[in-house]
Amino acid sequence: MKAAALASRGRAYDVARVRADFPILSRRVNDRPLAYLDSAASSQRPRAVIDAVTRYETHCHSNVHRGVHTLSQEATTAFEGARERVRRFLNARSPKEIIFTRGTTEAINLVANSFARPRLGPGDEILITWLEHHANIVPWQMACAATGAKLRVAPIDERGELRFDGFEALLSPRTRLVAVAQVSNALGTVLPVERIVRAAHERGIPVLLDGAQAAAHGGIDVQALDCDFYAFSGHKLYGPTGIGVLYGREALLREMPPWQGGGDMILSVTFEGTTWNELPWKFEAGTPNISGAVGLGAAIDYLGSIDPAAVHAHEQALLATATAALLRIPGLRVIGTAAAKAAVISFTIDGIHPHDLGTILDHEGVAIRTGHHCAMPVMDYFGVPATARASFACYNDEGDIDRLVTALQRAREVFA
Amino acid sequence: MDLKDLYRDVILDHNRQPRNFGPLSPADASADGHNPLCGDRLTVYLRLDGDTIRDVHFDGKGCAISVASASLMTEAVKGKDRRAIANLFEEVHATLTGDAATPPASLGKLAALSGVREFPARVKCASLCWHTLNAALAHECAPVTTE
Repeated sequence: MKAAALASRGRAYDVARVRADFPILSRRVNDRPLAYLDSAASSQRPRAVIDAVTRYETHCHSNVHRGVHTLSQEATTAFEGARERVRRFLNARSPKEIIFTRGTTEAINLVANSFARPRLGPGDEILITWLEHHANIVPWQMACAATGAKLRVAPIDERGELRFDGFEALLSPRTRLVAVAQVSNALGTVLPVERIVRAAHERGIPVLLDGAQAAAHGGIDVQALDCDFYAFSGHKLYGPTGIGVLYGREALLREMPPWQGGGDMILSVTFEGTTWNELPWKFEAGTPNISGAVGLGAAIDYLGSIDPAAVHAHEQALLATATAALLRIPGLRVIGTAAAKAAVISFTIDGIHPHDLGTILDHEGVAIRTGHHCAMPVMDYFGVPATARASFACYNDEGDIDRLVTALQRAREVFA
Repeated sequence: MDLKDLYRDVILDHNRQPRNFGPLSPADASADGHNPLCGDRLTVYLRLDGDTIRDVHFDGKGCAISVASASLMTEAVKGKDRRAIANLFEEVHATLTGDAATPPASLGKLAALSGVREFPARVKCASLCWHTLNAALAHECAPVTTE
């Protein structure tokens, strides 16, 4: 099926065919066809994911790792099968290194609580960058507040690129962990994560990569990246919400205490003491999001079937076309002009607040994100309270760019 | 639902040229308001004469709805006492949330905000200045938010 899909789609990327895989794209918003340009916030699901979840709910659901009956075994097989798909997707060495979480945020919080806190003391440091999403800032602030450690922030430049010399200068003998995004959600900047990992490892410092915005582009290889932790969310990868993944190097995970207690994460419990379960279940207390994991597995299969490399090339072409088209609009300023960018365009238009742009575009059936994108420090750096952000995914086409440009012209008319 | 219901000429005019804009110094009371959803921030400054607002200014950055609403509010509350302002706020709130079928005549120019009811995501934009005014009247020092 996978090979057949690949062969039938061939080298040329057939976006019309991909669009047909996403039922929501046929709906109308405010009496106009939907132009969905907010996939960086949450991507839509293909029929394959919706069907996989429905099939699981309809035929296989029970609790996992519990019963001897057929449904429990089928549910366990489906759940652990999804874990194996994630392992292959990330090229992790072992499924023991794949922990299901609610999403990127919970994955980072797990590392902050189980890995960072026990290792942090007064004067120790965590190093992040100015580009981080709040999910890769706040957990570290909380860990620092609890331990007396300090949060260090590597600087960026006016293009929204990491200043690598500034980053390197902040790597100190007290740095206990480096935590950085692979792709900035607010600006689309692709960070030089290979260099970051190398520089940190040369000093013996472990690295967490926030892959929330990067995972949908595929080609993630945690062994090649050599990162110690990698976090991502299902719903930014054409999968369901409420499911995400923490990859962790097995040797580190084995040393880490669990951060939540409950069922499934134990081998034996007495009132005198408890023995933790094996990896990865030690970090999965309570009944997990089984259907979410099944959906995520289906999303990974889907991404494989449309060829992540072809999707990436398609999105980069859209990024170039859209950037050129937007820059022709008078008063429009693109925030974030890094040389390497994901298909995300943050922008402002003179005299029109992003929130007003968002309402007017919605009225035209065009969905974009407006606001601070959970990255207030980035907004502060560029001296704007908010931006409008258009983001492109595998199902967007040039028609969506035309709709965006036309809707922005409409906004300029309203505010003329 | 028409965009012109939201972005009426009065709104666009007050957004372009906000009235009573800028800090008031000295002020008898002031308060900061923040809408974390869209990053709108504004400050309301008051000069009071007992229970009556003698002068009112606002300052800050925001979308057209929040700026115009604040501008219209400053015009509407100047010279009014706390009781009259509380009544007015109730009428504005009912208009924004759609509880009032047609805006009462007593709203005057504030009736221009009635289109907001068709855009629920924008109600907070229009009400931020009123919450901030109430905070200033209560001499609250802590910033208010719409959350």
